[in-house]
Amino acid sequence: MTVKPIKIIEKSDMADIALGGAFLGTGGGGDPYIGKLMAERAIEEHGPVRVLDIDEMDDDALIIPVAMMGAPTVMLEKLPKGTEAANALGALEAYLGQKADAIFCIEAGGLNSTIPVAVAAAAKLPIIDGDGMGRAFPELQMVSMTMEGMKATPMVMADDKGNSIVINAVDNLATEKFARVATIEMGGAALIALYPMTGRDAKKGILRGSMSLIKSIGRIIESEQKANRNPVDALASELNGLRLFEGRVQDVDRRTEGGFARGSCQLRGLGADEGDSITLEFQNEFLLARRADGQPLAMTPDLICLLDLETGQPITTEQIRYGFRVIVFGLPSDPKWRSKNGLELVGPKYFGYELDYQPIETLNGRA
Amino acid sequence: MYRIGIDVGGTNTDAVIMDGEKLVLGVKSPTTEDVTSGIVSSLAKVLEESGIKAGQIGAVMIGTTHFTNAVVERRKMSKTAAVRLCLPAAECLPPMVDWPDDIRETVGGHYWLAKGGNEFDGREISALDEDELRGIADEIGKQGIDSIAICSVFSPVNSEMEDKARTVLAERLPQANFTLSSEIGRLGILERENAAIMNASLRQLSAETVKAFSAALASAGLSCPCYITQNDGTLMSADFVRAYPVLTFASGPTNSMRGASFLTGEQVAVVVDVGGTSTDVGAIIKGFPRQASTSVDIGGVRTNFRMPDVFSIALGGGSIVQPDDPITVGPKSVGFRIHTEGKLFGGNTLTTSDVAVGLGIADFGDPAPARALGEDRLNAIRDVIDEMILNAVERMRVSPDKIPVLAVGGGSILVRDHIGELPVIKPENFAVANAVGAAIGQISGEVDRIFSLEKISREEALEDARKEATQKAIAAGAKPDSIEVLDQEDVPLAYLPGSATRIRLKVVGDLDG
Repeated sequence: MTVKPIKIIEKSDMADIALGGAFLGTGGGGDPYIGKLMAERAIEEHGPVRVLDIDEMDDDALIIPVAMMGAPTVMLEKLPKGTEAANALGALEAYLGQKADAIFCIEAGGLNSTIPVAVAAAAKLPIIDGDGMGRAFPELQMVSMTMEGMKATPMVMADDKGNSIVINAVDNLATEKFARVATIEMGGAALIALYPMTGRDAKKGILRGSMSLIKSIGRIIESEQKANRNPVDALASELNGLRLFEGRVQDVDRRTEGGFARGSCQLRGLGADEGDSITLEFQNEFLLARRADGQPLAMTPDLICLLDLETGQPITTEQIRYGFRVIVFGLPSDPKWRSKNGLELVGPKYFGYELDYQPIETLNGRA
Repeated sequence: MYRIGIDVGGTNTDAVIMDGEKLVLGVKSPTTEDVTSGIVSSLAKVLEESGIKAGQIGAVMIGTTHFTNAVVERRKMSKTAAVRLCLPAAECLPPMVDWPDDIRETVGGHYWLAKGGNEFDGREISALDEDELRGIADEIGKQGIDSIAICSVFSPVNSEMEDKARTVLAERLPQANFTLSSEIGRLGILERENAAIMNASLRQLSAETVKAFSAALASAGLSCPCYITQNDGTLMSADFVRAYPVLTFASGPTNSMRGASFLTGEQVAVVVDVGGTSTDVGAIIKGFPRQASTSVDIGGVRTNFRMPDVFSIALGGGSIVQPDDPITVGPKSVGFRIHTEGKLFGGNTLTTSDVAVGLGIADFGDPAPARALGEDRLNAIRDVIDEMILNAVERMRVSPDKIPVLAVGGGSILVRDHIGELPVIKPENFAVANAVGAAIGQISGEVDRIFSLEKISREEALEDARKEATQKAIAAGAKPDSIEVLDQEDVPLAYLPGSATRIRLKVVGDLDG
């Protein structure tokens, strides 16, 4: 992978970051648009955001991730006041009795890829070049830090009215359960600060280079679109990705289970895939792609991205409709997710698919 | 009674007379700067040529791109005040935050944030503060602004706060016109607010335009009701358009698709509308255009209107052809200058029309310059054109079945009798499909909001939505027994426990009377 590390995020970088964030959203995480506008305004007012490699941080430094939690659909209607994330951050700092030295992005996909940049600009803090997922996942315990035994709590949630609450829980799954209920009272979406960590812990716990990766993906998509080329080929060669299938959406089936939008979508092949068909399963994000005979093509935690066949624009699970012409694009996940601990958190079985994880490279004859 | 359909386009104003389901006659006149005189001459021509008397016309339906063009060209938009009911939420991104500078300046960029708004489940974010609103009214009055857009958080779910705020503001600003976002857009506050602000800024122009339309009809001796088409292929009364001009955005492609469907009798098809410079390709299902699901930019402003899903390619009757390998067609076009620049008319530029005439598939102008290229080369060029159309059609194809392709528009001579495996139908009156689409407009009613499924089933929620939409359609003038569901979609809300679903449902019915 030839991703050039970024050192600073200017206002003009936000378009690429939002596009890259939509791609790594793997169908979920919400449209990064609102977060992009917030970050652009914050940078305009407070100046650009420095990006630091985690190795540049002292072992004793305090790093605090910020994010939105809840339904992106709600946040697109009830925009934040703008001070929620700073309040969550400030309350967590007060609780810990220590100021944060850097901001962290917990989820490199969707709305949460852009919001931490806005927070970092307003707080005049650097942002770490990394994240906790390397993509989007639906629940807050699904981060690399959980694998290292790091705790999500103390965690602070804040709303637009000035309310904030601190959660202390026995483990990260319990944190997810409590916080999910509190988002309802806070209006369906809340800003959160959680996983406070030292530089020492972050060095072993986070996935590295994510901000640079998002930027680079956005850059590739944007420049290929400008040249009237579908970005897929460039993305495949730059990111070691795989073009899994090309087809047309034949059917979309959506249902709500446990507060999450689950569903599946059938694709009928076009071009080289003519005559074949596949099914994509999703729970907010795309989690499994398999052929008509049941043979999987890719599964979580590997990334399954749906792109418009003509423009390469990422398509979310909420946007899919009958007749869309799409490319299914796969990316190997961070190796950490392929460990036993990682697969327990985000492997196919956690999401209810009775499958043993197989890497995307194996499934597609690359390894 | 007869109906007249009019399409006011950028170049031509077309008029057709329909006798029930039958097209009697269609005519074309040049569009004029004042719009009115173009309509008057079109009306006069179609009445005269058909021999039908003004008293026999029951209704006139007009399709116009007037308001879209005003926004695109930043002309004739009034200074507007945006009032958002949201505090303490939603301060981070003020109204018009993502507008291009020039259009924000055109409407003045004035906004006020006030207490109010609802949560997703109907709770109040904060109570409406009437004193605060009176203070805002005074400031708006001092700025001399008459057009006001009010947008409250989650107003598609509960519009009471917008109504109440209008009442309070109107007490202090009796001459002002108001646009409520809940009456125009759906969830997604920035897009809905954008639409409301654009609508407010067009209210003065719409009052003038509707007056001009009425004057045109009166001077043609017509006293029948006049309707204007909106972007989903349905009709609005002239009064309604005066209040909601933005709903006409993108009605042009809709009318051409609906007209093509009507002229051929096909209900499920891909429509290819070939103009001079570009080709619009869209899909129709049950005779109505498929809607786009992503946001649509109008003049650089993001909206979430119900727009037809149209894919445009730079291919038209005037597209410039470069005949040497590798052959290219477009994107440049000579456009309406084909009559002087096209080789077939003695000019120096090889166009797609030259190729069509050279191959003998159309008969106008001089075929000799194109024929000089040789038949093999002309066929190779046509293969390139075919490939462009095929790709666009495949992209918009809505069904795995062999649905027909309907070719309309002046440039549709370029379309062969098959596109890939799909048969092509070219209706006789392909050039006036747009005006036909206007003439056959129906009345619609739509619901788009979040339903809680804690106490009722999904089916009951859909039934509630259907009833609500039906009432809206009847209120807008639809014949009750003709109403049917055109489209319904429900998307469960993600990332929240409990059950809630967003239902979008639209019904249509025939115009009553």
